[in-house]
Amino acid sequence: MTNDTRSRIRSIIAEQAMLEPDQITDASTPGELGIDSLGLVETIFAIEEEFDITVPFNANEPEKSDFDITNMGTIIAAVDRLITEKAA
Amino acid sequence: MSPKKAKDGKVSTFEATTREGLRRVVITGAGTINALGHDVASTLAAFREGRSGISQLDFRDVDRLSIQIGAQVHDWKPEDYFNRQQILLYDKFTQFTLLAAKQAVAQAGLNFAGKLGLNSGVVLGTAAGGMNTWDENYRTVYEEGKNRVHPFVVPKLMNNAAASHVSMEYGLRGPAFTVATACASSNHAMGLAFQMVRSGAAKVMLTGGSEAMLCFGGVKAWEGLRVMSKDACRPFSANRNGMVQGEGAGVFVFEDYENARARGAEILAEVVGFAMSSDAQDIVMPSAQGAERAIRGAMQDAGLNPEDIGYINAHGTGTAANDKTECAAVAHAFGHHADRLMISSTKSMHGHLIGGTGAVEMLACIMALRDGVIAPTIGYEEPDPECALDVVPNVAREARVDAVLSNAFAFGGLNAVIALRRV
Repeated sequence: MTNDTRSRIRSIIAEQAMLEPDQITDASTPGELGIDSLGLVETIFAIEEEFDITVPFNANEPEKSDFDITNMGTIIAAVDRLITEKAA
Repeated sequence: MSPKKAKDGKVSTFEATTREGLRRVVITGAGTINALGHDVASTLAAFREGRSGISQLDFRDVDRLSIQIGAQVHDWKPEDYFNRQQILLYDKFTQFTLLAAKQAVAQAGLNFAGKLGLNSGVVLGTAAGGMNTWDENYRTVYEEGKNRVHPFVVPKLMNNAAASHVSMEYGLRGPAFTVATACASSNHAMGLAFQMVRSGAAKVMLTGGSEAMLCFGGVKAWEGLRVMSKDACRPFSANRNGMVQGEGAGVFVFEDYENARARGAEILAEVVGFAMSSDAQDIVMPSAQGAERAIRGAMQDAGLNPEDIGYINAHGTGTAANDKTECAAVAHAFGHHADRLMISSTKSMHGHLIGGTGAVEMLACIMALRDGVIAPTIGYEEPDPECALDVVPNVAREARVDAVLSNAFAFGGLNAVIALRRV
């Protein structure tokens, strides 16, 4: 995983949560950051735009999506995987 | 409705209920944004001065339109009123509505905390809802070839978005919905709000409507109908050549009289009657008979006679068909009194706000009753024998009127007329 990916994702999430990027750690959950369901969907849209990827996320059943949104760390890992798959 | 004599012989102009036991309904707050101003005071000043809000349109791709004038809100800066997240979520028609609602609620001095919120609601009119959002995102996927759109597209464009956001802003937990009846949307919405308060279904209703159709797609669609003027809106004038679109919102507080009195609220006017009718005839051509039935129905509902009405805010679009049909309907409904009526179209100043138009026109009705000033029909140049009524041409007029009507007649043959009384 590149630090660049992590930093770009943190910036997106920070903007959504109206926080500074350094206030967001890998352990932060969307709920702790005050990101509601609509905010989560918007965050995923912003990630798709930023990295030109398609995130497999269904807001009806987030737990069944092939995209782990448990916390920032899992989101960053999942985005990294999607970037790698796209490059392959 | 005539004042009633109480047992002690004094004339009582107000009782809590009508003869039929229905609640009385009063207006205690008003708000607006439109091409004439960002609030009620500036809009009424423009009405008094007979000032036009119609100008060169200014938005993306306007050079590809054959119609390039409109009553646009040029100096609109949403960041003056909303934060980034709100701007992302609110289409312009919702932004306009929330601003107008804020003014209306502030004037009424209402607090919806507790039980009042449970007994209050919102019903608004719009014809197109989030047209700017449709337009921007069609451009994104068709013209720019992008394969995804922002996730808020649906919650922004849906026609109920404005009503829903108003309900959330003020905690209105009673009836909340949107009416879409083209150019009569706001009058239908206000009529239903009136009926709900009158019946006791709600204590307070925020009502009115908004439209923000001035974007490339919105104007391009209207141009296709060949009913738009390229230079000015001249209702009732023999040389009229079509309508001019506008944008904006008007929101009012309709309130149970007892509730208003208990708070010591200032009453702007009483809403006394409402009627709806349908032409059931043609999707664009209006029918004088349908309009006449709505006019007569509103007076009947209010218990008013034709002689009681001093002013009508006309639908008055400035198209050949609408204006002569409306004048025929008024002449039939009022008989010999038609010659003593004042009738004007303020669309000549604020443009045709389509679904939001009745809401801005309600301001001219309140001004007539409250301030004794009749807003003029500006741009009037030549008499038309088919519109031979007193259309208050070009210059506002001082006159005391006790009761007024507001007409709205929509494509699809949907008519809605509201009657107001001076308090």
